[in-house]
Amino acid sequence: MSEPDFRDEELLADVICRLIGEVRHVAVGAQSPIPATAALLARERASLHNLRKPYVSLLGSRAHSFFTDGARELFDCAGQGRVDVFFLSGGQIDGDGNINLVSVGDYDHPKARFPGSFGSAYLYYVVPKVILFRLEHSRRTLVPKVDFISAPGGSPDNVYRSGGPIALVTNRCLFDFDHAKKRFRLASVHPGHTLAEVIDNTGFDFDRSADVPTTSAPSAETLRLLRSTVAPMVAEVYPEFAKRVFGVTVPIPSS
Amino acid sequence: MIARTLDEALAPIGDGAMLAVPRESSGAAMAATRALIRRGVKRLHLVTLPTSSLQADLLIGAGCVATLETSAVSLGEFGPAPRFTAALLAGTIRMRDATCPALHAQLQATEKGVPFMPLRGLIGSDVLAHRPDWRVIDNPFGDDDPIVLLPALKPDVALFHAAVADRAGNVFIGIQRELITLAHAAQKTVVTVEEIYDGDLLRDPLRAAGTLPGFYVEAVAVEPRGAWPLPLPDRYGIDAAHLKEYAQLAATPEGFAQYLDRHVYEKRAA
Repeated sequence: MSEPDFRDEELLADVICRLIGEVRHVAVGAQSPIPATAALLARERASLHNLRKPYVSLLGSRAHSFFTDGARELFDCAGQGRVDVFFLSGGQIDGDGNINLVSVGDYDHPKARFPGSFGSAYLYYVVPKVILFRLEHSRRTLVPKVDFISAPGGSPDNVYRSGGPIALVTNRCLFDFDHAKKRFRLASVHPGHTLAEVIDNTGFDFDRSADVPTTSAPSAETLRLLRSTVAPMVAEVYPEFAKRVFGVTVPIPSS
Repeated sequence: MIARTLDEALAPIGDGAMLAVPRESSGAAMAATRALIRRGVKRLHLVTLPTSSLQADLLIGAGCVATLETSAVSLGEFGPAPRFTAALLAGTIRMRDATCPALHAQLQATEKGVPFMPLRGLIGSDVLAHRPDWRVIDNPFGDDDPIVLLPALKPDVALFHAAVADRAGNVFIGIQRELITLAHAAQKTVVTVEEIYDGDLLRDPLRAAGTLPGFYVEAVAVEPRGAWPLPLPDRYGIDAAHLKEYAQLAATPEGFAQYLDRHVYEKRAA
């Protein structure tokens, strides 16, 4: 088998870009370099094909954010339904779509501690398409039940909930989230990975068809857009990521 | 209004104060933070709007924090915040886990002079389960519509770094408008700036639209590169090499002590 001519990050950005679809506003939160890459790719791809370009808001960006009302505007916008797509991750994610950004073990005496819930305990409820991403696909991260619910995958009928998970992207595969069943369904396995490997490394039960497809590779056009146009944009907020993945460096602004 | 020294400007931040600071990308007063550590401030109730990075980690590592109210502390691309993580594993600080819009809403309540703000989301999360000070009520205007109420949060002091202030203490904050909410909500606001603007920031409507009036400002101190090694919007970026050095050193208590000796106790010109 020949070496693939794209990097994992490029494949994942392409997968996420397709999940974004045609929408008006894609927002990206903290510590999300691959979703940021995907959101900018979605915009540049639309631009190239003369389609309606989505507004993109990258947290921490001056160049790729239109907000003028401070850090709260993202949340106010989302509360009104003006954010169509957002991205969340978790130190643990379970089969109900619950995410844990806080701790492992007992909350008051944790065995491991993560940074905190960020905006998840709100945005997961109010953004229609939340795409979960967790690069480390293992039984440590994809668990039967999270130790702490930063934000639940679903809510009782009487709880206001206009949003929730639509998919989970890992380094090994793509899961769709089936809202009726409230379960993940294996949608595709990434090139170079196997179904057996996905089953071995997933701590929760999930649905799958008899014949699971392989995730399609990014096209030449996508790779060109990523490397020439998107990478320098990503470098504004994620310089370390852009340097590592795309070999792009940006001059540090001087004062 | 314009303090003669940084320490004089920081006088309102006493032991046990509730101190509110903004997120890294909105202007963290890092020179001031190092000065507070040198002074040995204790038992702070640190509130971050809504997250923090090096600033919270330094204050926690240096033993200045008793209670932390935040929605996340991390060094972002440089990894987990090591002293924050160590303190939570050891149980040495009191943690109030929040979520970003909750902190914004709680300060907006204070800004408006009302006792609480409602917020969507949260119901069914363990964030809510661990906040006995947050309540769920049935929306009085709805029908079987539970909603969370968050109490107003009233910091004693807000502290941030900005590009310029004029001699009347008006501070240009640009589009970092949560800094205005922060100042409206805090009893006192202390600001460090890169430089003084010779003129009146409120005079020109273009500037005034992005200006925090001196009315809300207790003290301003001039600290060139006062956000270093963190970025200042539209002025300078993050010092990546320094953050890497910090992440490496702060991984152990001994390394963190070395960092403090090197960069905090030895006052260095940035």
